[in-house]
Amino acid sequence: MELYQGSLDVKAIFGRWLDEQSSSNYGAYIPFVGTIRAEDGIEALSFDIYEPILQAWFDEWQKRAAERGAIVKMAHAIGDVPVHTSSYISAVFSPKRRVALELIDLFVEDFKANAPIWKYDVIDGKRIYAADRSTSMDGAGLLAQSN
Amino acid sequence: MIRVEFLGPIGKKPLEIDAATLREVSDLLQQNEALADWLPKCAVALNDMMINDLDTPLKAGDKITILPPVCGG
Repeated sequence: MELYQGSLDVKAIFGRWLDEQSSSNYGAYIPFVGTIRAEDGIEALSFDIYEPILQAWFDEWQKRAAERGAIVKMAHAIGDVPVHTSSYISAVFSPKRRVALELIDLFVEDFKANAPIWKYDVIDGKRIYAADRSTSMDGAGLLAQSN
Repeated sequence: MIRVEFLGPIGKKPLEIDAATLREVSDLLQQNEALADWLPKCAVALNDMMINDLDTPLKAGDKITILPPVCGG
């Protein structure tokens, strides 16, 4: 797992991941790129990350992938990421394509639901929490239960 | 003392409190009006492990983290 201040250098990171696995005998390499779209007048998105729990979440995914002979990779931006640049990339390497195709779907969707990352729209230089696009993590509401 | 940290957009400074279980933390935080809208939506971690049980025992030096709704990518 890799974290960077600002936009990701997508080509460099994907190229390095490919080089690192060049002799690992994986038959499939499926990358995913998340790019900031220009919409609703935003100039950038901005991100806060809580690294200890993100690392634990990622390590758990690495175990799930290993059980199927695969590995997962991800990189994410911290702070402001201008439109038309990338804040998030991930990839799966596996011996055969079927496992990689399935894992990239599960991995990216679980990332959206449970990775401890908070998104803000940046408009006129101000950071506004993207409350309407955010999802409560598994187990949310525990401390609001009546006793 | 138990340290309670509020992540991301909650924008609240950490608290140092006395509590023997997570239930006591829950009682205490529910008295804070600034958290009324956040608590139903937030997940909880103890020493950076996600937890789901209000009867989880606590000890001095534990860290509780309050995690609001997320949106990575």
